[in-house]
Amino acid sequence: MTTVLFWIFAVGAVVSGLLVFRLDSMARVTFALLASFLFVAAEVLLLGLGYLGVVIILMMVMEMVIMAVFMIMYMMNPAGLMPMSMVHNKAGSMSIAVATFAVLAAGIVLVDWPARAGQPPADPTAALGAALMGTQMLTMMTLGLAIFTTIITTVLLATARGRYDRFGDDLDAARADDPVPGGLGR
Amino acid sequence: MTLELFLLLGAALFAIGLYGALSQQSVVMLMMGLELMLGGLIVAAAAFWYFLAPASTDGQVLVIVLITVMALEMAVGFAVVTAIFRAREVDMTDMAADLKE
Repeated sequence: MTTVLFWIFAVGAVVSGLLVFRLDSMARVTFALLASFLFVAAEVLLLGLGYLGVVIILMMVMEMVIMAVFMIMYMMNPAGLMPMSMVHNKAGSMSIAVATFAVLAAGIVLVDWPARAGQPPADPTAALGAALMGTQMLTMMTLGLAIFTTIITTVLLATARGRYDRFGDDLDAARADDPVPGGLGR
Repeated sequence: MTLELFLLLGAALFAIGLYGALSQQSVVMLMMGLELMLGGLIVAAAAFWYFLAPASTDGQVLVIVLITVMALEMAVGFAVVTAIFRAREVDMTDMAADLKE
């Protein structure tokens, strides 16, 4: 049963992954990518990682909906009504991708993988939580710092007017140069 | 279900994503390719945990790291797209590489 499910999810993930670069409509592309990730999450669930699988599903649904909004904002031809090809060096990219897959597949088949060491814990989620709050605390803290840095970076990159626009290059303007002056006029 | 099958699935997703990241001109589509590559890595990390070292939690922690990388890549990618679009009105890598007129 699990073997059948594995093949269904695997074919689904690869086919919807291929569709991402085949479809015309940006909305369909986004949902093809979402489908690919849902199949990936299903494979993770199949391996007994209930918590991580559900986290991937929830995160990807949100992420792809946000992505659809950005697609429609920034891309020309978001509806795909006018089929166009926006690729460069297609043959070169394809040959690099196929060669990469061949090398990886050769490694996967040829490497003598070690035997399974131990059994999964009864509750992998509890084990993960204990590890993140224990031996893997440094990993967790690094991830937290990376997320915090990303918040600052994204706001800095995306903002249209920073403090140098408002207070001058030396930040010495008495009043902020805003399109709509605020305050009480004093 | 064997480790090799899961790793082959991961390699296939990685290769598809690599093709997209190399060939697409639109910055947003390029990011989709990167996301697919990370999806392949998630499958591989989960498979390594289950088939090689299920007793330790290292594989699960690797999946957590990959999920975080995915989210951060997406956030920074959109911020960069916003910044280039605001400055130059372009959304394609080739145009962004051109010198400003």
